[in-house]
Amino acid sequence: MSAVSVYVPRDASAVALDADGVAAEIGRQARERGVAVRIVRNGSRGLSWLEPLVEVASPEGRVAYGPVGTADVANLFEAGFLAGAPHRLSLGPIDQHPYLKSQQRVTFARVGVIDPVSVAEYVAYDGFQGLREALQTSPVDIVRVVTESGLRGRGGAAFPTGIKWKTVLEQAAPQKYIACNADEGDSGTFADRMLMEGDPFQLIEGMTIAGLAVGATQGYIYLRVEYPHAHRVLGEALAAARRTGFLGQNIMGSGAHFDIDVRLGAGAYICGEETSMLESLEGRRGEVRVRPPLPAIKGLFGMPTVVNNVITLASVPAILHKGAEAYRQLGSGKSRGTLPIQLAGNLKHAGLVERAFGLTLRELLYDYGGGSASGRPLRAVQIGGPLGAYVPASQFDTVVDYETLSGIGALLGHGGIVAFDDTVDMARMARYAMAFCAHESCGKCTPCRIGSTRGVEVIDRIVAGTDREQNLALLNDLCETMVHGSLCGLGGMTPFPVQSALKYFPEDFLPQSPVASR
Amino acid sequence: MFDTQPSREEILALITPLKDQPGPLLVMLHAIQTQAGYVPASVIPVLADELNLSRAEVQGVVSFYHHFRDRPPARVRIEVCRAESCQALHGDRLAAHVEQRTQLRFGESSADGSVSLHPVYCLGLCSASPALMIDGAVHARVTPERFDELLAQAEAKP
Repeated sequence: MSAVSVYVPRDASAVALDADGVAAEIGRQARERGVAVRIVRNGSRGLSWLEPLVEVASPEGRVAYGPVGTADVANLFEAGFLAGAPHRLSLGPIDQHPYLKSQQRVTFARVGVIDPVSVAEYVAYDGFQGLREALQTSPVDIVRVVTESGLRGRGGAAFPTGIKWKTVLEQAAPQKYIACNADEGDSGTFADRMLMEGDPFQLIEGMTIAGLAVGATQGYIYLRVEYPHAHRVLGEALAAARRTGFLGQNIMGSGAHFDIDVRLGAGAYICGEETSMLESLEGRRGEVRVRPPLPAIKGLFGMPTVVNNVITLASVPAILHKGAEAYRQLGSGKSRGTLPIQLAGNLKHAGLVERAFGLTLRELLYDYGGGSASGRPLRAVQIGGPLGAYVPASQFDTVVDYETLSGIGALLGHGGIVAFDDTVDMARMARYAMAFCAHESCGKCTPCRIGSTRGVEVIDRIVAGTDREQNLALLNDLCETMVHGSLCGLGGMTPFPVQSALKYFPEDFLPQSPVASR
Repeated sequence: MFDTQPSREEILALITPLKDQPGPLLVMLHAIQTQAGYVPASVIPVLADELNLSRAEVQGVVSFYHHFRDRPPARVRIEVCRAESCQALHGDRLAAHVEQRTQLRFGESSADGSVSLHPVYCLGLCSASPALMIDGAVHARVTPERFDELLAQAEAKP
C-alpha cells in the first residue's frame, strides 16, 4: 500500500497552535498502527481559526479536519481519516470551503497547497513559468509588462512597480540590487510571512525576474528577526533553488546570473521604512535617509536599487506567465489586481483573504470575518498597521482600495485590518499610537523623536480633564507638525490613528468615558 | 556558549568568515549573539578594529536594535506581543496576568536570572491573537491558564 499524504502546516500560526506536536503524533500513531503516511509540512490556507488544519489527500481531493489537537489524533485514525472518513472535526473538501471557494487566489494560489520547499511541486503548479518567459524577454519589455499590469507596491506606498523598475533599468552602474522588504512589522499584517513560509519559490522567482528586468545580479531579503520560521523556510528554499539551477549561475541554462541572501533585521520597526532598511542592510543604525536621492537612483551601497515588498515581488511571476492583461482585468478603479487582505484582531474568522480589489469593509468583516470573536458589536477597525487610521462602524460600507480609503482619510497600507469590539477605549489606542512611535522612533528628526513623547503626555492630560480645550488644540498642533515636519512615515503618519480616534470617538477622550472597559 | 567574556581569538574565529560580505556588522552581531546568547562588551573593540570603525559607531549599532542585548539572557525568556491586534483580544489582560505571575514588569529580569519579561511589537500571528513567545517558541490564542502551563513547562526544562 502506498503512503497516504497527510498535510500539517509548518506556518508559524499553525506551529503556535501546536502543529508540530500534531505532526509528530500523527507520525507516531501511524508507526504504531503499521500504516504508511507521508507527512507534508505545507503552508497555511489562511483559515486561522481552524489551525492546526490537517488535510488528507484522498481520491476525491484534499479533505480537511480542524482544528486538530494532539489529543484528537488517535480518534482521527480510528474514524478512518486516512480514507477521508467523516469525523467530528471534518471540514470536507478544503477547496469547497466557503471561505476559500469565493476567493481569487493569484499570489496565494499555491500557499497551503504545496510543500513549500519542493522545487518539483512548485514546478508542477506552474512554478518558474514567469521566469521562463522573462528569460526570453528583453529587460525593457519585462518592465513594460509589469507597468501595464497596473501592479502597485503592496508594502503600503502603492507606487507603480513598473515605473520604479524603469528608473533602475535606466541607471548606468557597475552593480544594481534587488532589496526585498520582508520587515513586516505592522500589527495586523502577516501576508508576507505566510507567503514566505508557504510559497518561498514564488518570491525567489519574482526577485530573479526583477533582477533580469533592471540588470541586477544580487538580491537581499531583509527579514525581521521575529520571523524565525520564515527564515528557516527561506534558507531551505534558496538552497533547493540553487541546487536545481533556478538561482545562482546560469539560471535555467540561460547564462544569466542572479543570487539572493537573507539578512536578518534586529527588532527595529523603523527598518520597514525603505531608506532605514537600506542603512540596516549596510550594517548601520537604521536611521532614515533624506530623499532625494531615491533608492532607485542611489540605494544600497550607493547603487541603483529596486526596493519592493514581498507581496509585490511575489505578484510578478504570475504577471509574466499569464500576461499583464489577465492581472489588469482584476480590481477596481486605479487599484488593479488582487490584494491579500489580512483579517486580524477581534474577529471570529480571522485569516487571509485574497480577492480582486472592490470588496467593502463590511463584506470582509462579516461575510469572511464572521463578525467579532467576542460576540459583541464591532466598533472600529484599524487598517494598514499602527500608522493607519481608525475607521468607525458607520463607514464599514467603504470599498477597500487605495483611492476610496484615502478619500475617507484612511489608508490601505499593507492590507491588514484589525477589528475591535465595543469594549475598546479609543483614547487608549490613540495614546498607544504615540507611545509606539516614541518606542520605535529612530531619533533622526525632532517631530518624531520628541513629538511622540509629548503626544503621550498631552493625551494623558486631555483624558484627565486638565485644561482640556487648550490641550486639544495643542494635540492638533503637534499632529500637524509631525505630519508635515517628519522625515518619514513613522512620525508623519502616527497622527492618523490619533486624529481619527479623536474625530470619530471624542466621547472616549472625556474623563468620564462611556467605554465599558474603564 | 562562551563561559566568560570571549577572547579576541574566539571572536575572530566567528567573524572572519563573514568579512567578505558587504556591510557585515549586523551579520556579525547576529553570529555573536547566536553563539554567546548576547553581545559581550569585549567584542566591541574587536569589531571596531576589524571593520575600521570607531568603538562608538559599533556601540551605536548594538544599542540601536532592540534585539541585541548586552548581558546573558535569563533562563526563561518571555516576550509578550503588546501590539494592536493582541490588544483587540484582551492582550492587556494577558500581559497583566504575566506580570503578576512572574512578579516582573516589562523589561525586567528576575534577580536570580531565571526569568525575563519583554514586550514585542507583533509576531505576525495576528489572526490568532493574543500571542507570545517563550524561549523562541511561538504560542497563539494564549489564555492566562495556558500561559501558566507554558511557563511551568519552560521552567521544568533542564
